[in-house]
Amino acid sequence: MTTDIIARCRVIAAAHAHLDGPLLPVLHAVQESFGHVPVVAYPALAEELGLSAAEIHGVVSFYPDFRTEPGGRRVLRVCRAEACQAMGAAALGEDLKARLGVEWHGTTEDGAVTLEPAYCLGLCACAPAALVDDRPVGRVTADRLERLAREGSA
Amino acid sequence: MSLTLYLPLDAAALALGADEVAAALQAEARARGLDLVLKRTGTRGMVWLEPLLEIEEDGVRMGFGPLGPADVPALFDGAFEDHPKALGPVEQIPFFARQTRLAFARCGIVEPLDLDAYRAHGGMKGLERAMTMTPEEIVAEITASGLRGRGGAGFPTGIKWQTVLEAEGARKAVVCNADEGDSGTFADRMLIEGDPFCLIEGMAICARAVGADRGYVYMRSEYPQAIAMLDASLRVAREAGILGDHFDIEDRVGAGSYVCGEETALLNSMEGKRGIVRPKPPLPAHKGFMGRPTVVNNLITLASVPAILSEGAEHYRSFGLGRSLGTVPLQIAGNVRYGGLFEAAFGMTIGELVEGVCGGTASGRPVKAVQIGGPLGAYFPRSLFDTPLGYEECDAAGGLIGHAGLVVFDDTVEMGAMARFAMEFCAVESCGTCTPCRIGAVRGMETIDRILAGDPAAPAILADLCETMRAGSLCALGGFTPYPVESALRHFPEDFGGAREAAE
Ligand SMILES: Cc1cc2nc3c(=O)[nH]c(=O)nc-3n(C[C@H](O)[C@H](O)[C@H](O)COP(=O)(O)O)c2cc1C
Ligand code: FES
Repeated sequence: MTTDIIARCRVIAAAHAHLDGPLLPVLHAVQESFGHVPVVAYPALAEELGLSAAEIHGVVSFYPDFRTEPGGRRVLRVCRAEACQAMGAAALGEDLKARLGVEWHGTTEDGAVTLEPAYCLGLCACAPAALVDDRPVGRVTADRLERLAREGSA
Repeated sequence: MSLTLYLPLDAAALALGADEVAAALQAEARARGLDLVLKRTGTRGMVWLEPLLEIEEDGVRMGFGPLGPADVPALFDGAFEDHPKALGPVEQIPFFARQTRLAFARCGIVEPLDLDAYRAHGGMKGLERAMTMTPEEIVAEITASGLRGRGGAGFPTGIKWQTVLEAEGARKAVVCNADEGDSGTFADRMLIEGDPFCLIEGMAICARAVGADRGYVYMRSEYPQAIAMLDASLRVAREAGILGDHFDIEDRVGAGSYVCGEETALLNSMEGKRGIVRPKPPLPAHKGFMGRPTVVNNLITLASVPAILSEGAEHYRSFGLGRSLGTVPLQIAGNVRYGGLFEAAFGMTIGELVEGVCGGTASGRPVKAVQIGGPLGAYFPRSLFDTPLGYEECDAAGGLIGHAGLVVFDDTVEMGAMARFAMEFCAVESCGTCTPCRIGAVRGMETIDRILAGDPAAPAILADLCETMRAGSLCALGGFTPYPVESALRHFPEDFGGAREAAE
């Protein structure tokens, strides 16, 4: 419910208001709670933090991590950077897109999986690498990744 | 009887199944009625051997790896001696034995949150010594050590600290840049996950040197395990009184933007703004976080500080080459047989490291190119493998050492595609403030496509464009993207051969 979302966002913002530069911690916490940053909450967040709603929009839209619409039940972050490319990441990415039927940033039709590109996960010595939600996986194949991503989210 | 084993919890070890091995060890011990103490450490950095299990025998750690759950029963059967995956003493494995571990002295050995173990292995000696020194003396020690920034630019750390020490300000800040966005790098992550107190100690020393009351660690969101470890270590350090009212550290988490690793974009991001680059001056040392005089240092720079204070500047500068003094955690990744982190004195050649220490490619094919210093670093061909790994040496060879990541490619790589990717990356990550970077990168992709399609006019356009990006960009994102692009073109012209082939 919208009023409930707004009320909860206010609580989150107030809890971080003592920080110097609270906005990113607040946005992370909001996304953690709701799976995305609800646009309806911008005015409330702005008020709690002494900012304008336009500033909130500017920040949310700058950072790739923040989404304003719900994502899939699992988020798959697949590395596209050079070390992973040296171990076949380009083909892995194409294969995954085909299997899931989505482009980068897309969510499968059943809402199970969102596919996000990542540019290095620090797992470059066991490339290609991915994060399934927060779980790191190395030397990964498209088959294994698809299985992990759909596990328990179907 | 109780049995003590060591198994990494580093993200790379987890990515290769360390938790599955841990579960198998617990189950097997239970089935055999053994009381198992499983200590989860950081990684030694020999990623190709992960999950790497260790057991101590007569004060020597013996290793087994890479393990899968199926290997576990035989470990118990063989009383942790005979096993097909037995590696012998871990520190005698050539990849490890050849290193000089200063910043990573404890990583892979201790449990990361065990403060007693940290002290028992030499931790806190640097801070204790710093507490007996004046701020000026600490800065002088850092200056004398020759330490330079490990984040990329290689700026002398002592001079940066001196500037902040002298800057006027009621409050000052120390910011640890742990944004580590370069492909092929994971030293920051590995240190936080394996020995977070080393960073905390380094930041506390810096704070004392410059007069800062607050520290911040800016971490990338792609490192969930490291974020959790840092937070836990900050709590332990607070309980122990290492952190507190006099000096405390907060963590801040980025949100997927590469350019936020650039120090002024990072400060904007910490302040809750879009991560766009600020023009300099003012320098962060004069006006940084919230306008306060601020030290921004890479995590490895700060983690190098405790050993400099405890062992002395002379000890530190006895390692290295030319103006690149001390040790550097080299990270070797991509298509490499023995990949991982190798901390050594500056000066080893690229070839010695990649072919000698790391055994060439994982695929067994010839090495074709090594990209050094991340997505803004140059591609080195074999003909430059005699280049020593140092700041000036890499620069003289047309590249940069950056955060010291080396990404190895075998002979199947198409350098035209890699050059195009460099432009694509710049276009994706540009903060949009300056035109040469924002527009130039997009034009760059198009122009490389034209070269690959055989357009004879395109190479000159690309050269011109690279010059504009190099000279006109606000920061090194646009300014250094020509490194990978032009090095690929210069050293591997045959991979851009569409023009000639089409004409023939
Ligand atoms: C696009 C861009 C990204 C950067 N990313 C990082 C980074 O992830 N980590 C880092 O320490 N420095 C990074 N830097 C360098 C920082 O701006 C800065 O030089 C560094 O944090 C200073 O610390 P140091 O002197 O200890 O190296 C980046 C620079 C640019 C231009
Ligand atoms: S390049 Fe893929 S994890 Fe670093």
